[in-house]
Amino acid sequence: MNALSPMLSPPILSIEAVVKNFRGLRAVDGVSFTVAKGEIVALIGPNGAGKTTVFNMIAGVFAPNDGDILLEGQSLVGLRPDQVCRAGVGRTFQLVKPFGNLSVEENVVVGALRWAADVAEAKRLAREVLEMLGLADKRRLPARSLTLPDRKCLEVARALATRPKLLLLDEVMAGLRPAETDRMVETFQRLNRETGLTIVLIEHVMRAVMALSHRVVVINSGKPVCEGIPAEVVRDPRVLDCYLGEEAV
Amino acid sequence: MKQRLALLALVAAFALAPLAAGPYLLSVLMLVLTMAYLGQAWNIMMGFAGQLSLGHSLYGGLGAYVAAALFVQFGIPGALGLVAAIAVAVAAGAVIGALGFRFGVKGVYFALLTIAFAEFTRVLFEHIPGLGGPGGLFLPVASRAGVDLLYLRGHPLMFYYLILAMTVGIFLLCRRLLESRLGFYWLAVREDQEAAAALGINVFRAKMWAVMLSAGLTAAGGVFFAFYYNTLFPTQAFGMDRSISIILAPIVGGLGTLFGPILGALILTPLGETITWGTEALGFNAAGLKQLFYGLALLGIVKFLPDGVWPWLRRRLGWDGDEDGSA
Repeated sequence: MNALSPMLSPPILSIEAVVKNFRGLRAVDGVSFTVAKGEIVALIGPNGAGKTTVFNMIAGVFAPNDGDILLEGQSLVGLRPDQVCRAGVGRTFQLVKPFGNLSVEENVVVGALRWAADVAEAKRLAREVLEMLGLADKRRLPARSLTLPDRKCLEVARALATRPKLLLLDEVMAGLRPAETDRMVETFQRLNRETGLTIVLIEHVMRAVMALSHRVVVINSGKPVCEGIPAEVVRDPRVLDCYLGEEAV
Repeated sequence: MKQRLALLALVAAFALAPLAAGPYLLSVLMLVLTMAYLGQAWNIMMGFAGQLSLGHSLYGGLGAYVAAALFVQFGIPGALGLVAAIAVAVAAGAVIGALGFRFGVKGVYFALLTIAFAEFTRVLFEHIPGLGGPGGLFLPVASRAGVDLLYLRGHPLMFYYLILAMTVGIFLLCRRLLESRLGFYWLAVREDQEAAAALGINVFRAKMWAVMLSAGLTAAGGVFFAFYYNTLFPTQAFGMDRSISIILAPIVGGLGTLFGPILGALILTPLGETITWGTEALGFNAAGLKQLFYGLALLGIVKFLPDGVWPWLRRRLGWDGDEDGSA
């Protein structure tokens, strides 16, 4: 080994003291964390803590007022959402946004066209992704006819089809039954293991957070509270105080 | 497959119609084809990319006036004027699109912008010297015989087959587009712009392609109009009436579908003609009755078949899942 290699691989994502104001309200106030390549990090906190705002800043929906967001060392600040996607960030929306009048397969084809050379290739990849997420038998249905769990699944399928380096999941487990949650968790674990996909998720379903994440970042009122491995974070008095409550876990 | 056969039968029927039809019926069929062609061009913007234009007469009128003026003033052949006409209309579409899409003018506000542009272009053309003003621009007709596709002069049958070819051409182009990358981008933008952007689609660029393509194709229809009717008035060419008549066929037939504009034109034009003929036969002057009927037809469609006639007919025929599958 040469002298340079002992250094840890640089983080795929670093959030550096980002600040976001909406008029008078400081929604995010100096949040920082990094995500290593291949890691699964959960972003948790009470409603209104600023989690989705952090996601929207990463995804280019709006720019932070201060601080920086780096993907593999390159700043994402100032890029449009489509440019952030092409830089390698896939995302889902908390309130799902299916292309309702298109078929399930067409929805995923749109995502696959991000890198596919042509529509035929995009269709092949769309099939693969739909197989993997268990939506293959519904591929010809219009997306608007799907149930909420299936729509969430489609949201994930579409984002995965863009072949992201980093996947942002905004409450994809909310509203799923425990069995469905477990299946979704398994899918993400398999993807993470087999393809090295890095995932940052916002999640209230602690069952999923505990099973899936390697590390948890807690924020409250736009400010960082603490971070660590799931088992430690859920016993941290500050987290119990602001979010989980004394009865948790 | 069934749809393909039905389409071939339809094209064959139109192609053979001049053998049996008299001049009046042919002129009605030409109206059907013109309506289908212009509707298809508008459908690219609204049906595919979801951008409502209520001022499409702007592009048709610009196309008509540019090619006609070049011919009347400088003797430039219509086929060459067509190139200039398309270029001007595409540029106009680009300006309106850039203004609207860049500054986030959406939905009805974008539609209002398109109306405003059509209206002030109408006023502008009433005051450009050398174009006849409100009195109209008239194209000289040397002879109504022969076939001169360069100068776009000749027998009415030449115009009939020209618009038939244009309608078939735009249908095939739109089918190609819907199966293309750009087509998927348009549909995604139509359904949800935010989700489309999150999947890497440059929403602005996709919408610009739609408005420019739609404008250019509409302008070609305008050139056809100018050289077939040989008269142009700003109040008609850039009028709201024209804009509305362009959008009727695809709305009645089925927004965003390939067959919709054709079916809509096949339903509306003959019925409109029947009404005109019927009231004339009954001997009373009924200006605007046709428009009233179109309005009622539109109300009926919106109430009972909000997706248009074609999606309903396709389900009734059991042709779902055939080609033309989009939306």
